[in-house]
Amino acid sequence: MTAIAQRPSDTAGTRRITHGVAERVRNVVSMTRRNLVHISREPMQLSDVTIQPVLFTVLFIYLFGGAIPIPGGSYTDFILAGLLALNLTTSTMGTAVGLATDLHEGIIDRFRVLPMWRPAVLVGRSLADLLTACLCALVVAVTGLAVGWRTSAGLLSIIAGFALVLFFAYSLSWVAACVGLNSKSPESAASFGFIVLFPLAFVSNAMVPTQHMPGWLQAIADWNPVSAVTAGARQLWDNPNPSASISAWPMQHPIEASLAWSVLILAVAAPLASRYFRRRTTE
Amino acid sequence: MADPMIEADGLFKSYGETRALAGVSFSVPAGSVLGLLGPNGAGKTTAVRILTTLARPDAGRARVAGIDVLAHPAAVRRQIGVAAQDATLDGLLTGRQNLVLVGELSGMGTGQARARAAELLGLFELTGAADRVVKGYSGGMRRRLDLAASLLTRPPVLFLDEPTTGLDPVSRQRVWEVVRELTGSGVTLLLTTQYLDEADALADHIVVVNHGQVIADGTPRELKERSRSAHVEVTLAGPGPEAAEVIESLVGGQVSVSDDGLRLGVAVDSAPGLATALVRALDQAGMLVDNIEVRQPSLDDVFFALTGAGIPGDSGGSGPPEVSAWPAGPGGSTAERESEGARA
Repeated sequence: MTAIAQRPSDTAGTRRITHGVAERVRNVVSMTRRNLVHISREPMQLSDVTIQPVLFTVLFIYLFGGAIPIPGGSYTDFILAGLLALNLTTSTMGTAVGLATDLHEGIIDRFRVLPMWRPAVLVGRSLADLLTACLCALVVAVTGLAVGWRTSAGLLSIIAGFALVLFFAYSLSWVAACVGLNSKSPESAASFGFIVLFPLAFVSNAMVPTQHMPGWLQAIADWNPVSAVTAGARQLWDNPNPSASISAWPMQHPIEASLAWSVLILAVAAPLASRYFRRRTTE
Repeated sequence: MADPMIEADGLFKSYGETRALAGVSFSVPAGSVLGLLGPNGAGKTTAVRILTTLARPDAGRARVAGIDVLAHPAAVRRQIGVAAQDATLDGLLTGRQNLVLVGELSGMGTGQARARAAELLGLFELTGAADRVVKGYSGGMRRRLDLAASLLTRPPVLFLDEPTTGLDPVSRQRVWEVVRELTGSGVTLLLTTQYLDEADALADHIVVVNHGQVIADGTPRELKERSRSAHVEVTLAGPGPEAAEVIESLVGGQVSVSDDGLRLGVAVDSAPGLATALVRALDQAGMLVDNIEVRQPSLDDVFFALTGAGIPGDSGGSGPPEVSAWPAGPGGSTAERESEGARA
């Protein structure tokens, strides 16, 4: 019967299998598409990049906007970069939960018996999450514009500001991948967000200028990568950036600092994640 | 004999305290079907996981299509199709999307994967459900889809881990048909099962495992004959007082007779042509036979015969294997394999 006829077998042929660049790209595209289909099936998965940013933007601007004076501009212009950093930082939780879910279900065994380029499981996940992060950035920008955020920077500079934060979120998603790969369940991966990501996002200059924090906390906040990323975006957008008067190196050079942080995190977390993935899928 | 396409040589594997495999060896010649038969917890799935590159043995060697599984797992993956016991599907994708994804990840172009997916969905009668999300599939539909996924690239070596467990009789028949078609096309197949009739129907050769060890191997017929536990029940058209005598003279053993004298039962050594011989003998003695039924030994019977104990409960997997009662049947290959395993 032709439908299930045998493929000519090449048993003696090449045993050392290497995946060409084109094959790797194809595998990554397939895995990315698969993860995007998942999101389309469960749109509530997207709430942390759609509903949450709108909610946070409105809450922060109308609740705190009047109470927090910003030297050299409005709180709305100040907070937008912070909101972008906050939302993108916390949304990396999705990477942890997604990977933990994949490992929890039988599908991972299917991937493991296919002759695919295995890192595509991780890369496809991170790219799908980068795309949802882009959606998140768009939601933040549109909500910001609707409530009065303005920038006098040039188009390239504005785009660079978004790219700076998105690159940081991408590198952070590899840290989240490490967490997801070490989680016993999707639920425990989710708790990572509340224990690590929220403090990371809040102990920074994202929501308030750090000048009013106690000295020890200010030191942490000024060296927090989220602060560098936020200050970098503010600088690129010509938005008020009170951190510019702080002498800590990352606050003086926020763009360089945030790029350095992102590269460093990526360089450590990505190889680590692929090691955890190998370990987790070995029995 | 054809070169072996699947070879397990002295495989040992423990998960924590639980010893899953304790020296399992077998081989499957190209183009044939091996039935790996045993109860839950016998080690069947562990053997399959090692041969399909999912698990590494603690000791022993495995080769598939002549390729060392431990040294070149990626090369092995290009030769195999796998349908696991827990269907390994993406619940949030549709049936079609699952198959296309598997095709793409196996190196097929998207168009080619789509065409092949459509073909297999038809073959497994899933066309109607093809564009529904797999989460809503019944157990039988998932199993069939998983089987379709394993066939996607037309691999020369197939592993089916309990392909019919939990299936309704119709789905089971469908799977059997597909397996028969496959074997006709030259595919080498290893299938695990808990059912003797399934191994009997599909396999050229059966390896019986229990407690992580091979306790018997042979053709289905050899195994059943070795188990000596078939049961014959004869129903006569009218009373025949000497029927019990006729049967006894033919098969030996104690014949039980029902109160009305019409039904007679006896345990026999399973042998080809037994029913014919009985009917002929009774006919010659002037008795009309209404019905004769030869009940083939069940897996439980085979186990009883092989181990002197019934099928262990689900708690099986720990404790020493009960192979001491192994009868000295024909073919000393089991003992040979065990000593091989011990060396490894």
